[in-house]
Amino acid sequence: MAKILIANRLTDGLVVFYAVDGNWVESIATGQMTFDDAAADRLLAAGLADEHSNRVIDPRLIDVTKTAGKLIPAVLREAIRAHGPTIAVDRTL
Amino acid sequence: MYRYDEFDQTLINERAEQFRRQSARRLDGDINEDQFKPLRLMNGLYLQLHAYMLRVNVPYGCLSAHQLRRLAHIARRYDKGFGHFTTRQNIQFNWISLTDTPDIMTELAEVDMNTIQSSGNCVRNITADHYAGRARDEIEDPRVWCELLRQYSVLHPEFSYLPRKFKLALTGSPHDRAAVAVHDIGLRLHHDNQGRPGFEVIVGGGQGRTPVIGKTIRQWIEPRHVISYVEAILRVYNLYGRRDNIFKARIKILVNAIGIDKFRKLVDTEWEQIRDTGLQVSNTEFERINAHFLPPDYENLADQGDELAAKRTREPAFDAWMRSNVTGHKVPGYAIVNISLKAPGRIPGDISADKMEHVAALADQFSFGELRVNHRQNLTFVDVRQIDLYLLWEQLVALELATANIGLASDIIACPGLDYCALANARSIPIAQDISLHFANSGKLQQVGNLTINISGCMNACGHHHVGNIGILGVNKRGKEYFQLTLGGSADEHASLGIRLGRGLPRAEVPGAIERIVDTYLTIRQATETFLQTYRRIGIEPFREAVYGPVNVSRRVA
Ligand code: SF4
Repeated sequence: MAKILIANRLTDGLVVFYAVDGNWVESIATGQMTFDDAAADRLLAAGLADEHSNRVIDPRLIDVTKTAGKLIPAVLREAIRAHGPTIAVDRTL
Repeated sequence: MYRYDEFDQTLINERAEQFRRQSARRLDGDINEDQFKPLRLMNGLYLQLHAYMLRVNVPYGCLSAHQLRRLAHIARRYDKGFGHFTTRQNIQFNWISLTDTPDIMTELAEVDMNTIQSSGNCVRNITADHYAGRARDEIEDPRVWCELLRQYSVLHPEFSYLPRKFKLALTGSPHDRAAVAVHDIGLRLHHDNQGRPGFEVIVGGGQGRTPVIGKTIRQWIEPRHVISYVEAILRVYNLYGRRDNIFKARIKILVNAIGIDKFRKLVDTEWEQIRDTGLQVSNTEFERINAHFLPPDYENLADQGDELAAKRTREPAFDAWMRSNVTGHKVPGYAIVNISLKAPGRIPGDISADKMEHVAALADQFSFGELRVNHRQNLTFVDVRQIDLYLLWEQLVALELATANIGLASDIIACPGLDYCALANARSIPIAQDISLHFANSGKLQQVGNLTINISGCMNACGHHHVGNIGILGVNKRGKEYFQLTLGGSADEHASLGIRLGRGLPRAEVPGAIERIVDTYLTIRQATETFLQTYRRIGIEPFREAVYGPVNVSRRVA
């Protein structure tokens, strides 16, 4: 299954994804996907290096699938991390 | 309510500055996450699924309008414009940035608030009856003791690294609204046989993966000895509580392992050595703290009999609200008013910054500028003149804060669950929304009467599912969310733990299952029995059958 590297950004804790240019981005759509083990290992190594240099916390590879053009993490927990709470973030409560 | 003195203020300011330096070192890379995590947790800053979450203490649920306005400001300026009230009477902000946290702490300190010990293995925010000082059935106001215990336990060097977190709850009334039996220590004020007020001390209660109803370690203790007695318990726990296994580290496991009698002996031996030391609360100290809790300037008013009755007859919605949300006050002419944060389909305990400000204004106008957070995630005005009730209700209606459901089936406790919480197995909030909408549409709310439904997204039980009349626990089975129902839990003076009904249900089946449970109750209840009374009379089987079918069928699918 395709994998993507997810973490929380140190400064604000927001969920971020590792992008092709080595930056961390907030949208999973612009995260770098890998399809083989060797590439996944390289991605994780890059993530751990960024954890070491205090850019992100807890980088980890997650499985993703593409459904209707949208990247969806396979595990619900990660899907909620990637796409936000499943309830309205309602400011009028 | 309690106002910080110069010692409190200095301590809180210093703590905010200390955290400013600690977080700067983290952001500069001088310390790594493993080193920083314990420091941020000591200040209530968690890293959740989407962002940092900051938990702010609301000591024993007491909040001023001024403080609520500051919370609104924090929600707006540093978060997404809302906050979430929790079952520990605290407020959590879900979208906090580490870089902003020191400023938030400084802003909190300016209004006598802090986040100290709102997480970590220490004495957590002390909770209490949200009607404290006002309830008709109350023996004595427990808040003075709450505050003394707060001052005693905050940054206590000996108890900063307990085996696990430690929660205290106090009630001054025979009717327990503070769930004292499911706390590490529960303190219940009552009279001894000579009519002297004192505390019953209950120890080793708790929820989580091993739910336990606490045991009485001491039937009655003079209030002035309560701190030394709590210290004796903490010492024994600190010494003998397990540190090798996080799941066996709470005091309830220790008490169960060695037995309450042996535990009591250890505590008494410890207590003998400290009871007559400076831990004894002197009259002067009591009076100093008590001065913060003197009653407000009540007017000399009579209870509103006929006028209120006439309004209630004219306006059924007002009548429904009066019945469920308003309760008697110890002073004639006044009432206690609960503000439900559980409108159908809404997120239990959530409130927007705008509404916080409106509520603060109403507290100023109608309730001496103070309010309470209660552990069922609602707000309470404790000093409303009965002649103002109708006007207050109208204003709450305009704010969509007048849902008449306190204590009813849609007044659901729900923890943040998998929508926010890093420890969750399943979502809680959407389940609460499904159920509350279901009841709103069925129109059965009033007919069903008192019924507590509590939902947790994992075994940690922050949503108090073990003590809900109907408890719902989210579990993860092979990557899918399922919900296990328990029946018969109760958090009051007759506390009991729920019994598991059967196999977990997928989300879509939960409201239907609740409906069948409730319909079964409506069919078999006698006279004015509540759901819990019916359950206690007849047991779980009829409900099990209603949800899973006759026994042989349920066995097959189990
Ligand atoms: S019960 Fe579990 S899911 Fe819910 S808030 Fe507590 S730890 Fe999180």
